[in-house]
Amino acid sequence: MSLKTFPKGGVHPEENKLSANAAIEIIEPQEKGLYAIPVSQHIGAPAKVVVKKNDVVKVGTLLAQSGGFVSANIHSSVSGKVKKIDVVTDSSGYKREAVIIQADGEDAWEESIVRSEELISEITASADEIKKKVSEFGIVGLGGATFPAHVKLAVPDGEKAEYLMINGVECEPYLTSDHRMMLEKGEEIMVGIRILMKALGVSKAMIGIENNKPDAIANMEKIASKYEGISVHPLKVQYPQGGEKQLIAALIGREVPSGKLPIHVGCVVQNVGTAFAVYEAIQKNKPMLERVVTLTGKSVANPGNYMVRMGTPIEQLVAKSGGLPEDTGKIISGGPMMGKAIASTEVPVTKGTSGVLIMKQDESKRGEMNPCIRCAKCVSVCPAGLEPFLLMTLGEKRLWERAEQEDTMDCIECGSCSFVCPSDRPLLDYIRLDKSKVIENRRKNSSK
Amino acid sequence: MKLTLSPSPHIHSGNSMTKVMWTVVIAMLPALLVSVYYFGLGAIKVTAVAVAASVFFEWAITKYLLQKDNTIMDGSAIITGMLLAFNLPSNLPISIIIIGALVAIGIGKMSFGGLGNNPFNPALVGRVFLLISFPVHMTSWPVPEVMNFAIDATTGATPLGVMGEGLRNGETVSQIMDKLPTLLDMATGAIGGSLGEVSAIALILGGLYMLWKKVITWHIPVSMLLSAAVLSGILNLVNPDIYAGPGFHLLTGGMLLGAIFMATDMVTSPMTPKGQIFFGVGIGLLTIIIRTWGAYPEGVSFAILLMNGWTPLINRYMKPKRFGK
Repeated sequence: MSLKTFPKGGVHPEENKLSANAAIEIIEPQEKGLYAIPVSQHIGAPAKVVVKKNDVVKVGTLLAQSGGFVSANIHSSVSGKVKKIDVVTDSSGYKREAVIIQADGEDAWEESIVRSEELISEITASADEIKKKVSEFGIVGLGGATFPAHVKLAVPDGEKAEYLMINGVECEPYLTSDHRMMLEKGEEIMVGIRILMKALGVSKAMIGIENNKPDAIANMEKIASKYEGISVHPLKVQYPQGGEKQLIAALIGREVPSGKLPIHVGCVVQNVGTAFAVYEAIQKNKPMLERVVTLTGKSVANPGNYMVRMGTPIEQLVAKSGGLPEDTGKIISGGPMMGKAIASTEVPVTKGTSGVLIMKQDESKRGEMNPCIRCAKCVSVCPAGLEPFLLMTLGEKRLWERAEQEDTMDCIECGSCSFVCPSDRPLLDYIRLDKSKVIENRRKNSSK
Repeated sequence: MKLTLSPSPHIHSGNSMTKVMWTVVIAMLPALLVSVYYFGLGAIKVTAVAVAASVFFEWAITKYLLQKDNTIMDGSAIITGMLLAFNLPSNLPISIIIIGALVAIGIGKMSFGGLGNNPFNPALVGRVFLLISFPVHMTSWPVPEVMNFAIDATTGATPLGVMGEGLRNGETVSQIMDKLPTLLDMATGAIGGSLGEVSAIALILGGLYMLWKKVITWHIPVSMLLSAAVLSGILNLVNPDIYAGPGFHLLTGGMLLGAIFMATDMVTSPMTPKGQIFFGVGIGLLTIIIRTWGAYPEGVSFAILLMNGWTPLINRYMKPKRFGK
């Protein structure tokens, strides 16, 4: 039986799901701990701070207001006092504005939030109420891209939602937070899926899960069997199966046109973690203030999955897993294919932190670059059908218009090309350069 | 603690140029062994000189003319040397082999900027230059004698040569085929020809090895051989007396060597499956056309070089299908 997959390209790196069997552990907020909550944890405009120094906050208190349509609210994840509004270096490597809170150790929550763990299956909210709450509670995509969820739920005029796709693929090596969520919070995720279906007015939801998680597939199939219209689809283990466009092509064979959004082919895609957060938002009035983060790596003593509050320094996760190994050469926020290398463990966990990967010194350096031997491996693995070798040459020669013609903007930056190049050429680096120059030129041209 | 901050991706498949090169060298070993078996000392001499000269010229040109870091460790000069040797008769004088290596490496490769930049297959550039400059030496083929370690081997014409000559004298194909070694002999290597082209089985083994290691794909060899078989098959049906059939054409001359090792050269072939099929078909058809109506009995080298010239244009127009377009 051949599994569904996307039409072309992709690679199969070593899976290294070292933490797949580690049940989610909760990391409680530390008394007197400092929690830096950045006001930009999402795609779009940063949120605007609405609290000031010395304000007393509880868990769930609004700290910063959404800065526009494509933006999100930011809530406190600990109770305590606002120490200051400052800039901190987040996982992007840039200094960003953040609300620094000194935790009081009480862990006092806003009264409106339902704290009981009991499953609330019945959905009483209307579609509009759902969309309002998703926006109010700062729900953004937890797959890593952090796209504001309410924007996806606001179907534009002229488009119609036909399918809700739920992304349980987790195609990046090492990461297992979605896997554990599907095993341990499957019922809640299913309610979240039904809530999203109601908000979109769709009767069909498809859950895609990569075939290397048979226990999660079985669990979700069992739970989905109780409901009409929700189906589970095991997918081929091929990176980047979890890319939004790849997932849609694999599940229903439709290719989202270049430059357009999934809604154009009738789909809205949400991560399983996001579905869980939607459940908590609608049924328990809980804003997005914590998430599961995988801490892993070949040299880590106890790789694990941790439910941790936003703003927690990554250092706490590292300590829980046995401490930072001596031979560490690189710390990555995210997975090894698309994650960002960070400079210190003081970086706070944010909505986009799906995992932290520790690499040894001998794993951390690239090989030396050699000339292109025109082997065409990069062409054969590109899921977008591009020619990375050409885009790199165009970047080296600064031919940005030609790069735009060669569809460099379609690149999803999955990294398959650089991964596979026998000459260790930095293909993706140049493609990112091409894209930034094309955007710059478009901006210049539109302002003329 | 020193942390590396580099952009994603942070892992690599482990593919390397060196691995690719060595896979090709290993794939050539069966054909090399067969050539030593049938051509003895001559085969060893030609291969050793071709490889040593190629490596020497690449080193010397890189160091003294280009003044860049030396690149001989990537193994590509060794491969060019071996492929050049495979295209030569085992009794070629050493001086001519050295000239061939100089042209292959110096003109065929380094003048364009070294590895990855040459538009034409360097070994073929060397071979064709030698063919045109030293036509007598380049068309006297030692007769295969098992484990022949004598210095002077007896020479005779290759099957293609016999066919070409015979047709010009008005003999029919079947009359000529009776005089030639059987197709089985042609498959195993007991025929006259250049070092590398004689044993179909050894070449195919090497090809399968490279396919398994994913260093080449099936598109070029299959499209080249199929189109050559189809064209020669059609001609043979139209007039079996003057047009030899696919069996003859596929097993003689440089057809298999060309399909498996020369046309598949990554640097000089197209970058997409569509483009590669177009390329392979072009070579197959041109080979038969040149063999049938051209002045030379052998057409593979010219066919490949001609299609090498088309490759940039093929790459320009035969692009992969963009997702979502």
